[in-house]
Amino acid sequence: MKCIAIVAWNTFREAVRDRVLYNLVLFAFLMMAAAIFVGQISIGIEGTVIISLGLTAISVIGLLIAVFLGVGLVSKEMEKRTLYAILAKPVRRWQFLLGKFGGLALTLAVNTLAMGAALILVLLYVKHSLQPSDAGVLVAVYFIWLKLALVVALALLFSCFTSPLLAILFTAGLYVAGLFVEDMRTVHTAQMSEAFQSFLHRISYLLPNFQNFDVMGEVAHGRGVPLVLALQNTAYATIYCAMVIFAAILIFSRHNLK
Amino acid sequence: MPGPAIEIENLTKDYPSGFLETKKVRSLDGLTMQVQPGEVFGFLGPNGAGKSTTIKLLMRIIFPTAGSARILGKPISDIGMHGGIGYLPEQPYFYDYLTAAELLDYFARIHELPPALRRERVAQMLKRVGLETAGKIQLRKYSKGMLQRVGLAQAILHDPQLVVLDEPMSGLDPIGRREVRDIILELKEQGKTVFFSTHILPDAETLCDRVAVIVGGKLQGVGKPDEIVGVKSQGVEILCDYALQDGARPAVLANAMQSGSHYRLQVSDEMLYATLDQLREAGARIVTVTQIKPTLEEYFMHLVAANRAQAAAVEVSGK
Amino acid sequence: MNESKSTAAWLLAALVFGFAGIWQLQHRIDVERAALHQEEDEILLRSGRLMKILSLEYAPFVATIYWTRAVQYYGNKRVHEDVNLESLWPLLDVATTLDPNLIPPYRFGSTFLAEPQPQGAGRPDLAIKLLDRGIRANPDYWRLYQDLGYAYYFGTKDYQKASNAFLEGSKNPHAPVWMKIMAARIAEQGESRETSRFLWMEIYNSTKDPMLKENAKIQLMLLRSDDDKDRIDELAAAFQVKTGHPPANMRELVEAGLLPGEPADPKGFVYVFGKDGKAQLNPASPLYKDLPIYRRPL
Repeated sequence: MKCIAIVAWNTFREAVRDRVLYNLVLFAFLMMAAAIFVGQISIGIEGTVIISLGLTAISVIGLLIAVFLGVGLVSKEMEKRTLYAILAKPVRRWQFLLGKFGGLALTLAVNTLAMGAALILVLLYVKHSLQPSDAGVLVAVYFIWLKLALVVALALLFSCFTSPLLAILFTAGLYVAGLFVEDMRTVHTAQMSEAFQSFLHRISYLLPNFQNFDVMGEVAHGRGVPLVLALQNTAYATIYCAMVIFAAILIFSRHNLK
Repeated sequence: MPGPAIEIENLTKDYPSGFLETKKVRSLDGLTMQVQPGEVFGFLGPNGAGKSTTIKLLMRIIFPTAGSARILGKPISDIGMHGGIGYLPEQPYFYDYLTAAELLDYFARIHELPPALRRERVAQMLKRVGLETAGKIQLRKYSKGMLQRVGLAQAILHDPQLVVLDEPMSGLDPIGRREVRDIILELKEQGKTVFFSTHILPDAETLCDRVAVIVGGKLQGVGKPDEIVGVKSQGVEILCDYALQDGARPAVLANAMQSGSHYRLQVSDEMLYATLDQLREAGARIVTVTQIKPTLEEYFMHLVAANRAQAAAVEVSGK
Repeated sequence: MNESKSTAAWLLAALVFGFAGIWQLQHRIDVERAALHQEEDEILLRSGRLMKILSLEYAPFVATIYWTRAVQYYGNKRVHEDVNLESLWPLLDVATTLDPNLIPPYRFGSTFLAEPQPQGAGRPDLAIKLLDRGIRANPDYWRLYQDLGYAYYFGTKDYQKASNAFLEGSKNPHAPVWMKIMAARIAEQGESRETSRFLWMEIYNSTKDPMLKENAKIQLMLLRSDDDKDRIDELAAAFQVKTGHPPANMRELVEAGLLPGEPADPKGFVYVFGKDGKAQLNPASPLYKDLPIYRRPL
């Protein structure tokens, strides 16, 4: 078990030394510029604009990191053959995978938390005081992290058996598909047959539902996020991630490296 | 008396190939052999013969199509047994952003070495492979030779009983090769088993207790280097120094090859001492006396040529 | 050594000239493209539904972008005195489709869509459509009912509907008392200058948006000038009685002792008499430009 933590820490260190955390500098600049200009652009909705801009940036930056680093987790090791020496050590393949996942999830947690803190600070600066409803921002940031963890798991899975490029495309594709899961259930046109509609309906429950984690509208307009939703989303992300990682372990355990 | 360090039984590996990956190429065909504890065992063969394939199969980097193997008495599927093995991959590559010291520390942790021992071993290893001063530099700045040394260091870091090296001399300059040879001999003195693959035959000849030769995925022979090539001596070569006195060669040097004042001549074993006497009488100075044996290299070339004749039909369609 | 220096010099010169050429060429291209420039180019995508899909989960953020764009668009048009505001509706439509809870587009849109040119797009029907959406999504925001009432009263001049809107809004516990009063008065009297003045005063006092405040101020000034014009017309009639002919300008009224000084509009420009003999704003006055186009004298 300790192996997983060791691999995870090393993965975290790799990401940090690879200067991934420099994105925080970009984010900081973005937020500062927003803080300065928001008053000129939109009167009365400064808080709303800052929150929706901030959450969008956290999500987009986080997604880029999750997809590109996530795909590289395994594929880079396979391509560069750093994996060979590791596999000859007393580390099981599933421990290695879990460690890689954990390391990137940790990196994203640190990253997201830092950005969330910056967002709160900017919000404070712009609004001059915070209300209890602003705590919703932290919940939204937490949800973004859950979403990113799921994306990393998917990227990990795909990178175990396809090329890096395809893995990126599949992961991005599943993310986008996961945002329209509810529409899949409600859409029906005259051209669609009953069978196809019910097929779509069923598929929609299997696909990763990223809409679950979307609370930007609520938080930007100062409405609260129910605690129950937070618990449910945590459970959903945990279970779905676990399933995806199991699948990855299954594939990776039988995979002949080059 | 412990069992063999490595036991391989009918190990076979097919790779899919062809446009739709329907055909199969057999890169290893029914390999059966054993490596005894405490010996230095050389695994020889030309490029693509199946040496790396065998080692990767042993390390569970790839999985066999058929056959089995045991290392230190345990089946290769037992990953726990890896604590007793050290492995140097071919053309090793490690994490760019780590320093050598950090990499070794990372591996040491994976081997569950306690902190004090960890620090000690890491420092020791860096010194052993001559990377003391480069320990704090990031690996991406390392030359190929330096990476090879780091690879060796991580292979013996945890004091394993069996050390498996895939082309350990590749990428090293003569000094580096000498150092690797010294390490291998040191390991042998410590009672470890060393199994290494190479296509540099002189190294194998001097280092190995036994060798196995593999060509085209098939084992061609196992045994002491002498045994493999046959013991028959083809005579002796004498190198001597002679200053011509009046433009004519003495009879003994009649058939010798000359370069400057050096003469090189071959005589049969039986004629050795008589020839030496004659040379002494003629006033020549003996420089060296070497036995002429068929080398591993010649044996090798012969094997490879024979194998190439069959090479066209090597592809086996999937059965 | 010299050779590499001269090569470097040539390369540098080539770069400098190259970029100078590009710079010039780009100016020419810009001129050409400006000629081609269509109103449609202003907005990349006009379909709210399509933008919602493309925005993935970032719809509230994209809404603020469209909203910002709408404000810039309007401001720009006013600065250039361009009365064509046909892209205003699509921008506000997309913004509110992406985030129905974003209030400012509704408030902005209700004024500047409903008002006649040059201040607005002259489309009170679109303003009402926008506000209906806003009220559906934000039923507790009583000010949207207020804006709806304004759109009916000033825009379509449907006083019954205006009264109903104020009445609905007044039901909200946070709504001020005047909503109910206005509902009754409008139902009874329809349009009146007092009512109009009151309504604009309310917006002027309550809004933080500088554009809306400025707009309310102008409306109030126009109402003031209407009062002035009525008064002047009365005096002109008295002049007619006295002298037997209508006054030619304000001077004559002053000379006739009917006024202490030449009356000027809130911007300080003296009124003039139109061809129909009625008082009107001086065409040189900035307030003249703010008159709805259909009210400008021929």
